[in-house]
Amino acid sequence: MSFRSGLRATPTIYKVAFSEAIAYRAEMIVWALSSSMPFVMLAMWSAVAADGPVGRFTAAGFGAYFLCTFIVRQLTGAWVAWQMNFEVRTGVMSMRLLRPVHPIWHFGVENAAYLPMRIAVSLPIAVILLVVLGRDAVSSSTLMWGMWLLAVVGAWWINFLASAAVGTLSLYMEQSIRVMDVWFLLYSLFSGYLIPVELFPGWIRPAIEWLPFRFIIDVPVQIMTGAVTVEEGAQLLLGQWTWVGVFLAVTLLLWKSGLKRFGAYGG
Amino acid sequence: MISVRDLRKHYRVHQRQAGLLAAVRSVFSRPTRLVKAVDGIDFEIPAGARVGFLGPNGAGKTTTLKVLSGLLHPTSGEVSVMGHEPRRREDAFLKRIMLVMGQKQQLLWDLPPAETFELNRAIYGVSMPQFRRTLKELDDALELGELVRKPTRQLSLGERMKCELAAALIHRPSVLFLDEPTIGLDVSMQVILRRFIKRYNEETGATLILTSHDMDDVAALCPRVVVIDKGRLSFDGPLTALVRKVRPEKRLVLELSAETPDAALEDLGRVVEREPGRVVLQVDQDQVHHTISRALAQLPVSDLTVEGAPLEEVMSELFARSRADREGESAAAGGEGAR
Repeated sequence: MSFRSGLRATPTIYKVAFSEAIAYRAEMIVWALSSSMPFVMLAMWSAVAADGPVGRFTAAGFGAYFLCTFIVRQLTGAWVAWQMNFEVRTGVMSMRLLRPVHPIWHFGVENAAYLPMRIAVSLPIAVILLVVLGRDAVSSSTLMWGMWLLAVVGAWWINFLASAAVGTLSLYMEQSIRVMDVWFLLYSLFSGYLIPVELFPGWIRPAIEWLPFRFIIDVPVQIMTGAVTVEEGAQLLLGQWTWVGVFLAVTLLLWKSGLKRFGAYGG
Repeated sequence: MISVRDLRKHYRVHQRQAGLLAAVRSVFSRPTRLVKAVDGIDFEIPAGARVGFLGPNGAGKTTTLKVLSGLLHPTSGEVSVMGHEPRRREDAFLKRIMLVMGQKQQLLWDLPPAETFELNRAIYGVSMPQFRRTLKELDDALELGELVRKPTRQLSLGERMKCELAAALIHRPSVLFLDEPTIGLDVSMQVILRRFIKRYNEETGATLILTSHDMDDVAALCPRVVVIDKGRLSFDGPLTALVRKVRPEKRLVLELSAETPDAALEDLGRVVEREPGRVVLQVDQDQVHHTISRALAQLPVSDLTVEGAPLEEVMSELFARSRADREGESAAAGGEGAR
């Protein structure tokens, strides 16, 4: 099973998965509503900053940060762990394994096919961001926007591969999805999703900066809001893409070894 | 073409009693049991053959199919399908096989089957002219028509299975594994699918391996059968030889124009069915001619047919015998142990 065949088939896999995304548009809207936590945090942190800035964040600063967080979250979401877990438990995975396309690649393209729908959800928020908070709320450098694009792609890969690694654990254990709950807890705490990373106490920050979570939300948001210089952004991107490599290696290793244990249950 | 040597697939499964106490106990200790799903089977299947894998539930048929199609890694043994080792799942292998499971589907649930066909075309690298040609042939043979443009979820089980088969054949596999392909279908749909599968084998020379509990599938499609029971191969040969081996007797179905005393019938053979105006006698194969002559001479016979025992009965007797053999073996082993 190779990635080469997968590459050739990618446009069609994408097209078909996009048709599926359209078929599930109502579900997409519900999902978008379910990831509205950044708005709650926006309201909370803005109230905290009403009496004076928290770190470098004013109320408007929190507004920009959490609206960008919402956009980045929409663009980098991956749910493959649940999909893989379901397919292993119900036997659907067998049908996928019969095809000469690496299933991780297939899942990846399917997940990415939902992106246009997610952009559609993010677009009104981006407009609100610009209208309410002004042009200065986000970076004005074209180079930074190029870096942001790279950061969003990197964040999506980390998210997707981490989710795929947990999904692959379904080949080893029945309740692998519980691991995803742990991942999501750590992600919520340390990615900048609920609390900007720079607001953590100094003693814990070095650890957070080494962990993969901040590269999923905090780094793209920092670049988007122009909170880092080009040099700092480049360094962050290097760290982010190193994590992409680590997750890719771990996921493929888990997959290869997991297939030997695959029970192909359900039929 | 397909060669299997001493194939074994063993699983270790956790065991737990029902109840709260057992649940708590399982946190600290989880006893396991070794399940020998396939336990040392050998067979060869030449290209273009149609072979039925038979056996009771849990016999190891589907496990064998899954090993042959590369879904399961064997515990030990050698498996070769068209020169490939299935567990390696090379592209060249996957592009030449397909496994159709009657209880699983590859069709995308919320999209029309045409989308799955197109997806398979791209994945298997089928050229557009070849794709159109194949689709036309499948459409003609399976009468797909407008079905391919309706969302899969709106199709009946039979319609879905027709589209499922079509999706499986877009890349014209040289080896087709069919696991209970007619399960749940009505009789007319079963006939359509059997006819189509047979035609696909005859026209393309594809090898066909089928598992089914429906003996009509086996009788219609498989001149050769491989019987697997408890992971072991208990028979491999022509279907007719299996029937002769297990039930060498024939059945004479006599339509009678007048009442006939039981004694006269029992004198000719074992009465297995009796209803007004009709009786079914079971007689040894070498006694068939003699019994027919006697029946025609002694009874008011208006019609007479000779049949083999129904395949269901043959299989049921075969499995009962092997169960009895196993119980005998384990009793003997128990006795040895006691001494």
